[in-house]
Amino acid sequence: MAANENSQPEATISLEVFRYCPEQEDEPRFQTYEVPYREDWVVLDALNYIKDKIDGSLTYRWSCRMGVCGSCGMMVNGEPKLTCAAFLRDYHPALIRVEPLSYFPVIRDLVINMEGFLDKLTEVKAWLVPKEEKPVSEGEYLQTPAELAKYKDFSMCINCMLCYSACPVFGHHEEFLGPAVIALAQRYNLDSRDGGADERAEAIFSHEGIWECTFVGDCSRVCPKNVDPAGAIQQAKVTATKDFYRSVLVPWGK
Amino acid sequence: MELISHDILIVGGGGAGLRAAIAIGEENPDLTVGVISKVYPMRSHTVSAEGGAAAVIKPNDSLDNHCYDTISGADWMADQDAVELFVDEAPREMVQLEHWGCPWSREPDGSVAVRPFGGMKVERTWFAADKTGFHMLHALFQTALKYNNVTRYDEWFATKLLVHDGTCQGVTALELRTGQIRAIAGKATILCTGGAGRIFPFTTNAAIKTGDGMSLAYRAGVPLKDMEFVQYHPTGLPGTGILITEASRGEGGILVNKDGDRYLQNYELGEPLDVNDPEHPRKRAMELGPRDRLSQAFVQERQQGRTIQGPYGDYVHLDVRHMGEKKINKKIPFVRELCRNYAGIDPVHELIPVRPVVHYVMGGVHTNIDGETPLPGLLAAGECACVSINGANRLGSNSLTELLVFGARAARAAVCFSAQTGTLATEELLAQAGQEQQRIRKQFFEPSSGTETIAQIRLELTEAMEDGAGIYRTADSLTTTCDNIRHLKERFKNVELADHSLTFNTELTTALELEYMLDVAEALAHSASARTESRGSHQRTDYPERDDERFLKHSLAYQTDGDPRIEYLDVVITRWPPGERHYGSK
Repeated sequence: MAANENSQPEATISLEVFRYCPEQEDEPRFQTYEVPYREDWVVLDALNYIKDKIDGSLTYRWSCRMGVCGSCGMMVNGEPKLTCAAFLRDYHPALIRVEPLSYFPVIRDLVINMEGFLDKLTEVKAWLVPKEEKPVSEGEYLQTPAELAKYKDFSMCINCMLCYSACPVFGHHEEFLGPAVIALAQRYNLDSRDGGADERAEAIFSHEGIWECTFVGDCSRVCPKNVDPAGAIQQAKVTATKDFYRSVLVPWGK
Repeated sequence: MELISHDILIVGGGGAGLRAAIAIGEENPDLTVGVISKVYPMRSHTVSAEGGAAAVIKPNDSLDNHCYDTISGADWMADQDAVELFVDEAPREMVQLEHWGCPWSREPDGSVAVRPFGGMKVERTWFAADKTGFHMLHALFQTALKYNNVTRYDEWFATKLLVHDGTCQGVTALELRTGQIRAIAGKATILCTGGAGRIFPFTTNAAIKTGDGMSLAYRAGVPLKDMEFVQYHPTGLPGTGILITEASRGEGGILVNKDGDRYLQNYELGEPLDVNDPEHPRKRAMELGPRDRLSQAFVQERQQGRTIQGPYGDYVHLDVRHMGEKKINKKIPFVRELCRNYAGIDPVHELIPVRPVVHYVMGGVHTNIDGETPLPGLLAAGECACVSINGANRLGSNSLTELLVFGARAARAAVCFSAQTGTLATEELLAQAGQEQQRIRKQFFEPSSGTETIAQIRLELTEAMEDGAGIYRTADSLTTTCDNIRHLKERFKNVELADHSLTFNTELTTALELEYMLDVAEALAHSASARTESRGSHQRTDYPERDDERFLKHSLAYQTDGDPRIEYLDVVITRWPPGERHYGSK
C-alpha cells in the first residue's frame, strides 16, 4: 500500500444520463458516466466533460453558463434545474440522474421540444400594447419606480421551462398556457404603459386549464429567478373573476 | 432540395438581428423576413449583458461629449462619421425600446435613470438594474413576435453564404432537428451573429460565440476589419470567466491589490477619492478608466507580484462592501447572485475576486455606416460587424446601443437593396446548396482514419491565442500563434466525429463552430502581427508607442489559400484630430 500513499485516487462522481436518439433506437435508455468530481463544478460542467472526453454523441442545450440564457434546464434527480446552477457538491457522493425536462416531447437525449411555448407567448400577446400611442420624438413614457416594481418580478422570466416541468396541469393538458406564459402576460397587464389586458384575458381564459391550477405552487418553487408564476396565475384569476368572468357568466351581477 | 425564399434574411436572432427584423416590419410589412438562428433568439448572448446601454438623454450631457468619450476611448481608431451618427441616433433608439416595454430603471419622477460607466465624462448609461441585456433582448424578442412578416428558423445553423454573380443571395443552413441542409434565398442577407470570444480560453462569452458570421463573410471574400483589437474586461470571476459588470464600479466599487492598495493610481488613471467622498466615483478616472487601461494595469501589477494567487490564476479584489446591502440589492442584484452562486462569496460582506477576461471583439466584418459590406447583398450589424465605432477599445455600454442603431440601419439599407434586386438564381443556389451538403457529409460523416478530436484542437487553439495574442503581444509571440493556428487548421481535416446521426447533432455543429473559430483566430493573429504599434487594446511590447503616421488605419484581413492578406484603410477623422488619451485629470 505504500506506493499509493502519495497518490490519492482522483475523486469521481457518476451521472446516469437519459439517452434517446429516435432515429436509432425505439426506447430511451440510461447511460452511466464517471467524471472527475470537483467542488466548483456544476452538472453542466460534468456534461461538457462527458461530451468532450467520453462521448461526443451526448446531446443537450447550453450557452451562457451563468443562469440567464435559459437553455440548460433538465431534471436533476427528478427536480427541474438549470444545470449551470446545480452544483455537484450538493449531490456528491451519490449518483446524479439527469433527464430531459418532464412533460415535454424529447427531440433527442436531453433536448426537449418547446415550440408550443413560443406559440402560446404569441397567443397571449406578450408584448407591450400601448395604453396611449406616443411618438418616439416625444420621449419616454414616465414610469415611477413604484409602478416598475408592480411588474418587475414577472419580467425576470428567462423562459427556461422549469415551471412547466413542475406543473401537474401542464402534465395533463399540453394546451394549458402554463405558468411562464401567464406570468409574462401578467407582466404586461401590470405595466403602467400597457392597455392590452382585455385582449390577453381572452387567451388566458379560453382554456379551462387555469381553473384546474390548484396553487400547489411548484412552479414558483422551482423558478430559478423568483418570478412567482403561481402568484401571477392567482392574480389573473382574481382579475378575471372580478371583470371578464363575471360579465360572461353572471352578467346580472355587474 | 427545395428553395426557401424571403426578401431579406437575417442570420442571428440576438439584439442586432431582432432590431433589424422589427425595423423591416416597420419599414415595409409586405417584405418577408427570415430570421435564422442557431439557438432560440432569447438564448442569444445579448442576454448576458449586464451594465447598460449609452445614449445622451440628460441636460448635463451632450452629443459631443458622447462622441469624444467614444473616440478617445477608441484611441482614435473609430471612424468619426460613424460615431457621430451613432451618438445622434442612440437616444431615439433607446426611447423606442422604452416604448416597446423595456423595463429601464427609473428616477423618482418616472424618467429614465442613467449611471456612469468607464471612460465617460458624464453619466449616460441607461440600465435595467444589472440585467440590461436580458431585458433588452426579451423586449425585442417579444415585440418581434407581433410581426407576421417575420418567419423564424430557430435552431438552424448557417453553414455558408450563397453567392452568385457577385452578390450574396442567401445562405445554407443545417436544420438541427432533421439534420438536413436547407437552402434559403434572400435578396439581401444581414449577418448578426455576434462575436468570437470563445477563441480564447478565458472569456465572459457564451458557448455560442464562435465567430460564425465573421468566418462566413471571410470565406466569401469579404475582409475582416481591425481584428487585432480584442477587449479584455477587467473584472471577470476567476475560473468561470463570468462577468462582474462595470456598473459595480460605476456605482462606487473599487479595485484593490493583495496589499489592499488602490493600485490603479499608479497607472496614470488619476488619484483615488475616498469611497465616502461625494465626488466618488470620479468619471474618466481610476476605476472608471477605460477597460483596456485597467486590464493592462492588472498585468503590470501581477508582474510586480502584487496580485493574489489562486487556483485559476492571479486575481485582484473588487470591493463593493461600502455600497451596503440595500444599494447592492437595488443596483447590482445580479452581481450578488452570481458571486454567491459561482464564487461562493457574498459581496455585501466580502471582497470579489476578479481578473481580466476576454469580453468583446472590436473587429469584425468590414461594413460602411449603413451596415453594407463590399459584397453586394451582404450586410452586417452588431458585434460581428466592424463599422467602426469601437476602434481600438470599445467604451463600456456602447455595444448594446450599437445593436439597436446599426441593426436598424442595416435593415433599412437591406430594404433599399432588396427593392433593386431582380429574380434570384434559383437553380444556381440549389446547386451550391447541394455541394455544401456534400462537403459536410464528406468531411464529417464518411468513415475516416482521423484521430483528432474537437476538444483537443479547440483547447490548443484557445491556448495559442492566450499565449501569443493576449493583453501584451510581441512579434515572436504572434509568429508562434500564427504557426500554431496554421498547424491546427491542418489537423482539423483529421477530426473524427463519434456522432453520425442526423437528429440534433451538436457534435457536428461544434465541429463547424471550431472551423469558424480557426478562421477568425487566423485573421486576428495575422492582423495583430502586422500592426507594429501599440494602440488601445493592442499592446506590442516590442512597439510600445502609438504610430499615427503609419497606423491611423484600419486593417483589412482577406482570406487567401495561404496566410491572410492584410490591407489598410484610412480612419475617418471629422472633428477630433488624434490626441493623447487623458484619464484621471479633474
